[in-house]
Amino acid sequence: MHNEKDYLTRVEGHGTIDIKVRNGRIKKAEWQVIETPRFFEAMMVDKHFDDVSLIVSRICGICSIAHSTASIRATENAFDVKISGKTELFRRILMNAETLQSHILHLYFLALPDFLGEGSIFPIITKNKNAAEIALRLKKIANDMCDVIGGRNTHPMTMVVGGFTKFPSKESLLILQKDLLNSVPDLIETSKIFMSLKIPDFERETEFVSLKGENNYPWIGGQLMSSDGVLKPESEYKKMTNEFMSDWSTSKLAKLSRDSFAVGSLARINNNFNLLHPKAKEICENFKLKAICYNPFMNNIAQLVECFHAVYETLELFEKVLNMDLSPEDIKIKPKKGKGVGAVEAPRGILYHCNEYNEEGRIVHCDFIIPTGQNHANIREDLNKLVKDYSKKGYSDSEIELLCQMLVRSYDPCISCSVH
Amino acid sequence: MQYLGVELIKPKAAFFDFSCCEGCQLQIANNENKLLDFISLVEVVNFREILTERNNDYDIAFIEGSITRKDEIDRLKKIREKAKILVAFGTCASFGGINKLKNKFKDIEWVKKEVYGNCPIETNDKVMAVNEVVKVDFYIYGCPVNKSEVEAIVQSIALGREFRYLKHPVCFRCKEKQNICLYEMGKICMGPLTRAGCGARCPSNGNSCIGCRGPAEEPNIEFMKTIMIKNGFTERQIRDKFELFSAFKE
Repeated sequence: MHNEKDYLTRVEGHGTIDIKVRNGRIKKAEWQVIETPRFFEAMMVDKHFDDVSLIVSRICGICSIAHSTASIRATENAFDVKISGKTELFRRILMNAETLQSHILHLYFLALPDFLGEGSIFPIITKNKNAAEIALRLKKIANDMCDVIGGRNTHPMTMVVGGFTKFPSKESLLILQKDLLNSVPDLIETSKIFMSLKIPDFERETEFVSLKGENNYPWIGGQLMSSDGVLKPESEYKKMTNEFMSDWSTSKLAKLSRDSFAVGSLARINNNFNLLHPKAKEICENFKLKAICYNPFMNNIAQLVECFHAVYETLELFEKVLNMDLSPEDIKIKPKKGKGVGAVEAPRGILYHCNEYNEEGRIVHCDFIIPTGQNHANIREDLNKLVKDYSKKGYSDSEIELLCQMLVRSYDPCISCSVH
Repeated sequence: MQYLGVELIKPKAAFFDFSCCEGCQLQIANNENKLLDFISLVEVVNFREILTERNNDYDIAFIEGSITRKDEIDRLKKIREKAKILVAFGTCASFGGINKLKNKFKDIEWVKKEVYGNCPIETNDKVMAVNEVVKVDFYIYGCPVNKSEVEAIVQSIALGREFRYLKHPVCFRCKEKQNICLYEMGKICMGPLTRAGCGARCPSNGNSCIGCRGPAEEPNIEFMKTIMIKNGFTERQIRDKFELFSAFKE
């Protein structure tokens, strides 16, 4: 069993990089997932559909909105429930807001300290208070949107099967709209900070899996695609993931056309570049991020690009919802026996929920496939090549060790979520 | 920090996560307006989610999550030996939380098989709250914890003051906010039994209180159950609500 000191820091959950040294040189760095399983799929059995999304949001504290959305969509697909255009728009706003919150948290609190040679955000607060304040302001506006529309930024409760228990008032939306518009200079400042960092030079060809956008950048539902040319309907998610277990991980793992694939911001951008907001494409240009990019360290930049996308898309969505009648909708759900799948793009990549119900609307069986679970095998393969490449370049053991940690952090793994 | 012109010694605080979603830790980082003040109140020496440096010299240990595997029991006992004050941080730590839904199944082998098929996986038969393993000095309830309440409790601990938990139920606060009663809307609600301190967030947003903060002082559970039945809810529906966070003794 592992000690406290072995756990990789500044990631969500418990994983370690097991480093093998021979003759004083790092030979191998292995990614291991040691998180305790919570057995969510079993816990859900017999639960009523009213409670399902509330329980599964507890799979993850950081992306609880993505879990709620996927779960609700799975249930709606199982019961053939149609939702209103208004509900669709508010769900998209929430997905954008959570993505912004999660990416800013990762970029500033988890990733940035490595690039500045610090152990955490705390010394940055003292040395560069301006950067810390930008981070907190951006996080706050993202969380405020989740609070006002979702009822709470972690574990939302207004989102239910069929719609929302309550829509926000126009007054509160106007305040959010103003704050969001005011956050653009902070985003531009963020891109300047990241422009000054040196992204490690590393490439490994792999497969990228995400939702396929049709008219919009994909957040909720649609076809499933891979950069190797696989295309499947949402209901056939199992053919995209092919889950398996291995002795180095308490999380299940996934593969498709190769031994591993990647999901997340970089995968989304690689697969849906043309659907990015023009302002987000400008950032891609500044950072020379083009599809297809095979450098996993660029996932940090892909997240930054998506922050721009999230802010600009949300501003457009606000314009639309502000012209709508925001009185509550009457929601009546008739459960039926059957199975439904909901796929969404969580901040860390494509997330699947599959709910199977009996006639009373209670869970018979369910299945959740988490973005980080799909990334673990790819992280492991990347680490292998990274150590080989940088040993050849003559880097020292401690430099390689830091690069290994930075590589894992680039994926922004959510490990407790992946094991669930 | 100074008091009467004298520099106070900041207590050293350490955060540890066990089996959970880490959403309670996130509330600390989410307290954007006051985060900078908070870290001036205590010296954070151990917080794996955001801090690389690790220091095993600490006064206050915040424990997030419930205890589900043998190595977690050993780890928790070691933390208890070192900490002067141990805080159960959030509902999973305080009651076992959502994770304890696993305990409703008598056959642990079925649970393992349902999720992992025939692959071996290690887990304890029963999920435990922190106080089932070690002594707990303070509890911070909520799934997730309420940011402002965390701040008030940490302040009390740091300054050695008594913290008074609210004794009344969520229902009081909900009435104060003049919300339409969830029972009027045909929904079942745990507000009359659950400890206040969340600002009645769920019922104010049109959804039932799900009892995540555990019982208020002296809750009349039996009487509330008869009211639930009178309102047309079945034993099964009532059990669904009571078992959600394992916070109510039935």
